[in-house]
Amino acid sequence: MIELRDLRKEFAGVTALDGISLSVPAGQIHGIVGRSGAGKSTLIRCLTGLERPTSGTVRIGDVDITSARGAALRTARRTIGMVFQHANLLDSRTALRNVEHPLEIAGVGRTERRRRAAELLELVGLGDRLDNHPAQLSGGQQQRVGIARALAAEPQILLCDEPTSALDSHTTRQILELIRSLRDRLGITVLIITHEMSVVREVCDSVTLLTDGQIEHTGSIIDVIGQADSPLSRALLPLPSSGRTHGTVVEALTTGISLDAALEAVRTSGTEAHLDAGTVETIAGTLVGRLQFTVGGQAAADTLISALAAHDIHAEVAA
Amino acid sequence: MNDVTWFNNPAITSELLPALGETLAMTAWATVISVTLGLPLGIWLFVTTPHSLAPNRTVHQIVSTIVDIGRSIPFIVLIVAIIPFTRLLVGTALGWKAAVVALTLSAIPFYARLVENALHEVSAGKIEAAQMMGASRRQIIGQVLVREALPGLIGAATVTAVALVNYTAMAGAVGGGGLGDLAIAYGYNRYQGDVMIACIVLLVFVVGLIQFAGDRLARLVDHR
Repeated sequence: MIELRDLRKEFAGVTALDGISLSVPAGQIHGIVGRSGAGKSTLIRCLTGLERPTSGTVRIGDVDITSARGAALRTARRTIGMVFQHANLLDSRTALRNVEHPLEIAGVGRTERRRRAAELLELVGLGDRLDNHPAQLSGGQQQRVGIARALAAEPQILLCDEPTSALDSHTTRQILELIRSLRDRLGITVLIITHEMSVVREVCDSVTLLTDGQIEHTGSIIDVIGQADSPLSRALLPLPSSGRTHGTVVEALTTGISLDAALEAVRTSGTEAHLDAGTVETIAGTLVGRLQFTVGGQAAADTLISALAAHDIHAEVAA
Repeated sequence: MNDVTWFNNPAITSELLPALGETLAMTAWATVISVTLGLPLGIWLFVTTPHSLAPNRTVHQIVSTIVDIGRSIPFIVLIVAIIPFTRLLVGTALGWKAAVVALTLSAIPFYARLVENALHEVSAGKIEAAQMMGASRRQIIGQVLVREALPGLIGAATVTAVALVNYTAMAGAVGGGGLGDLAIAYGYNRYQGDVMIACIVLLVFVVGLIQFAGDRLARLVDHR
């Protein structure tokens, strides 16, 4: 649904995007993470045609965004619904009129506009706030209106630029749940640009890590986490600090295995291992865990690692 | 000194009301015309700014320079300097209608700058959101820029109208009449203190009324 081919963007000698190729299938929620300056903003501006790439192509559905100009680009943009960090609602319009705005621009008649906007606000849980102005709504409610507005013109994809970065953690969870349920109900493809790993963990099916304008890592969440010692895997499934300073430390990564089964494997290995710290979470429907054990020495560590390997648990001595 | 009692002065009884009428007429016409022409000029200044909707450094620079020249000419100089132009436009260089030409000419660049500033207050994100909806430049200007900046634009028009009341006092130089002229001609030149007081009170009242109406209107359209 979203197809980037060898996308490059240079600003006055500085390379912001250095050959990005990425494909997001329909109905997926894909996260793009990276530090500030990694090229996330440039990427999203190229996706929307607000910025023209130096070379490479962006295709959304069967529209080539990079070659579209003028009226063709304006029409192409209607296939993209955009959600911003700050909802960017018009203060002069009520929630209903804000959601109507894209339809107004697309030339939809008043009655039809009203009906669809009201329906969408109902869908995002604001059926009782139609006539409120943005100033009368909370940050989370404003973002819901922003999402309803993004969906108004029935786009094929939803582009979210740091959609929860201005919200508290409770509201963040609600907004992410909303995005997921919208994907489930409408079958829309979602691209979320964020610097918050928790967003990726909570809602994304697949993820791409951008570093210095290049893709450092990309894949389904489970595959990415499965590469135990990659920085992205650690960022997605971090270990809390154990405070343990002596002994040999072994780290194990479990995917699709219950904690009980993992601990049973440790017990049957015959080594004396202490569980010091661990993170266990269900991500994209799979139970994954990162566990940290302390054992007596190198020999015990080797025994433990091979015993765990027999149960398909990847483990290694931590540095 | 005069031999009539205070406030029973013919300058007050027979000339104060017509003078008030002239001041109001000059201010109203000049405000309406300057806002009508200054608004598009201010929008033009804004959209040609680098990184704006239709960036064009050369055009922006030229328009900006013209606006600044317009603003830098003292009104009393402008009013006499453009007499030939005024004559061409309204057929005469005398009277309040002639004064409206000079008033308008000085207020247009003034209002245009205020418009430009007010439009800068509209966050870039709102414009980007409209662009993402596939809005044309014209739609963005009308539905986003002007509408979102409306409270500021009304405030700017109020400031302009008040400045125009101020300038009408100098319209006397071309026989424009008005309260300011009356205050100078009788209150100052003929030492009629009562005329001076009456004119000042009325001017304060007019300015107060404009400010009050402007504030009310701005609040009416402001939903922030």
